[in-house]
Amino acid sequence: MNGWVRVLALHGGLLAVLFAAQFLLPAYHHGNLARIMVLASYAIGYNILFGYTGLLSLGHALFFAAGMYGMGLGVQHLGLTPAPALLAGIAAGAVVALALGLLALRTVGVAFMIVTLMFAQAGYFTILYFSEITRGDEGFVIAQAQRVLWGIDLSASANRYFAAWALFSACLLACLWLVRMPFGKTLVAIRENEERVRMLGYDTFAHKLGAMVISGAISAAAGASYGLLFGSAGASFAGVQYSILPLLWVLLGGAGTVLGPFVGTLFMFYLIDLSSGITTAYMLIAGVVLVVLTLFAPQGLMGELRRRFWRGLP
Amino acid sequence: MTLLSTRGLSKHFDGLQAVDGVDFDLPEGEVRALIGPNGAGKTTFVGMICGRIAPSSGSVVFDGADITALPAHKRILRGMAYTFQITSVFPRLDVAENVALAARRRLKGREMTRAVDEVLARVGLLERRDEEAGNLSYGHQRLLEIAMGLVQKPRLLILDEPTQGLSEGEIASFKELLREVAGQTTILLIEHNMSVVMETADRVSVLDFGRLLAEGTPQEIHENAAVQAAYLGTG
Amino acid sequence: MELGPYILLASIEGAVMAAVLALTAVGLSLVFGVMRVVNIAHGEFFMLGAVIAWYVAQTVGGHPAIGFVAALVIAPLVVGAIAAAADMTILKRIAYDPERTIVATIGLLYIIQQLTLMTYGPDARPVEAPFNQRIALPWVEWGEDGLSFFHPWGLATTSYKLFVIVAAAVVLTGVRMMMTRTRIGLLMRATQADSDMALAFGIPVERVYAMVFGIGAGLAALAAVLIVPISQAHYLMGADPLLLSFIVVIIGGLGSLPGTVVAAVLIGLSDGIISVFFSPTLAKILATLLVGLVLVFRPQGLFGTRAP
Repeated sequence: MNGWVRVLALHGGLLAVLFAAQFLLPAYHHGNLARIMVLASYAIGYNILFGYTGLLSLGHALFFAAGMYGMGLGVQHLGLTPAPALLAGIAAGAVVALALGLLALRTVGVAFMIVTLMFAQAGYFTILYFSEITRGDEGFVIAQAQRVLWGIDLSASANRYFAAWALFSACLLACLWLVRMPFGKTLVAIRENEERVRMLGYDTFAHKLGAMVISGAISAAAGASYGLLFGSAGASFAGVQYSILPLLWVLLGGAGTVLGPFVGTLFMFYLIDLSSGITTAYMLIAGVVLVVLTLFAPQGLMGELRRRFWRGLP
Repeated sequence: MTLLSTRGLSKHFDGLQAVDGVDFDLPEGEVRALIGPNGAGKTTFVGMICGRIAPSSGSVVFDGADITALPAHKRILRGMAYTFQITSVFPRLDVAENVALAARRRLKGREMTRAVDEVLARVGLLERRDEEAGNLSYGHQRLLEIAMGLVQKPRLLILDEPTQGLSEGEIASFKELLREVAGQTTILLIEHNMSVVMETADRVSVLDFGRLLAEGTPQEIHENAAVQAAYLGTG
Repeated sequence: MELGPYILLASIEGAVMAAVLALTAVGLSLVFGVMRVVNIAHGEFFMLGAVIAWYVAQTVGGHPAIGFVAALVIAPLVVGAIAAAADMTILKRIAYDPERTIVATIGLLYIIQQLTLMTYGPDARPVEAPFNQRIALPWVEWGEDGLSFFHPWGLATTSYKLFVIVAAAVVLTGVRMMMTRTRIGLLMRATQADSDMALAFGIPVERVYAMVFGIGAGLAALAAVLIVPISQAHYLMGADPLLLSFIVVIIGGLGSLPGTVVAAVLIGLSDGIISVFFSPTLAKILATLLVGLVLVFRPQGLFGTRAP
């Protein structure tokens, strides 16, 4: 199992480097990287559905926001402490993903994209509609006192970095484990040829629904953590832009690779960060990258790496 | 014992009667060939047996249970295996993973790996186990398709035109393979190549315009005037 | 005001909206019908039409009607040319793959929107209507001496709004004539029916595609020029027309032009009336849910028949 050792070395090595980075990086990049790791966790969740199962959703902001509001509203209105609030967020994401999956998975291809987009928009408008509870576009701040998990103040930058690293590690390892499991391999087979999988005796609907719930739960975990670590929740995180961003990150990094979501998020974050000196219209960069990727590199960075040098890369 | 039977099985698409009231019985252990001219309804008929196509009316009984209402994957779990007429492997996955996907329904871990290698050796693809399936030649992809059927150890193996597009040499080794498998499982074989039918089938059923036209041993069918009229277009 | 006159007023507002919506949605429907792709950037072409109308009106000066007429001609042509160029440089190269087209047009959406933000800026700006007489509307009442007409206070519309309705009807009739009576329309219908066959018969399918994409965007731009004297030009104004066009196209049956027009009138009229009773946000929630559920349970559209 030489290949497996290399895989472990690569992924474990990245986690080790990220862990060490918190002692070495200047404060500005330290904060950026914490944010990138949380967003990359979101992208990992997206990638399970898009990259591995082949279902292109345009509505993942719904799950990210379900996690964020499941956590945030729990803290704000029910007085939950961070740990149960985090769980409430993840559960909210999983339930929403289950419900959306039961409906949307009756469609395929373009219809699936539009259906997920529409339901996510319905969710976004719902958050705006109940603005007395959600504070709508403005959002609400989660106070520092409410962000202490097991005696650790998550608003302190070192703790925040470590928490983001822990979340990212958990998501990365879960993804790596999943794609080596029979379940994950079946998802890949569904992406390649669903009808054949069905005629091998698999319940493909149940598998896709499972992928949707796992993807939704991971996205929700990222959303809940984002709110907890950065101290706010707002309707803009449920907007269409937050459904497009994970698609962009995953396409850029390489759909259907474990590391792709992180690589894509890292690249995109710094691309926008660097360009903010030139223009405030930063979504322009996102638009250009989307078009260029569709035209020239549908495989993404890690996808190219796999194609050229390392066929076994998970 | 009858493994598979259909009663009054019919399918019409927008006025076209593709399959028309077919009563069909297949005893356990038999190799049955299903022949008929193009458009006779063979693939539709088999599609209704394995659940890819919903029948307009009629019933399918497999192993003593009515499975007419079951979705395809549940029928497969009851011991059917279906190989596609148009090669339908997973082109971007390696050969062993293609077969493993079929094997994982019933086996795990080491046993699964062993079964995969065994089947690959049997169809002569073992040394290609780590290649991407899409890079195999057409003939090898057909063999891979059959390996995916065999590894499921099905009680009923449905082969939809397995020799289509194969060379003479490949057909000869396919016949060999079929004879080996014949003792272990029941086989329903849709086939155009008459030499394959004559040499491997125990009995032959003939479909024409969606109806069951004749049934008998290969020899009987060969001599049947009605079949010759339908099939060969000669009087 | 009583409810009756209020609903009449809402219906006229609704008819204006239906007119603009029908134009926009027919553009989207044409692209989907002929090319089998979904253009997510359609709302941005609408927005571009409004912004270009503002630029043209600023540049031309003089009587508002001169600027307006110039905008009515220039904006659709410019937007159509931009769309056709996007088709030839982007969509053609990804072979109109349905999923990749959606991703590419999302990219296009952001590019157009953000470039507009960088050049035109974040302000909402009006374009003056070419004419704008107030027309008071009569209402009937059952009085002491039978039916009598009177003019309730506030029940009025403008000549420009009535013009928008007429103009949209004229353009839609023109589109219909183009599809059924002209050679270009014949080429489009042939391509729609079977693009491979059309190619085999020597129809320049790629040019037809570029033209359809251009015409679709041009219709959206035209609709925007018509509406911009009533609302204003703003770089984020494309989102609502996109959503509403989706609703219309999906409810009317994908790719069917008559169905699209009927659905546009229905949605436009009911939207005016619904907004009397519901908040706009609630209306949007219901609308998005409706589109989602129709696609799940009746993919052929509410009024469409299932395609073979």
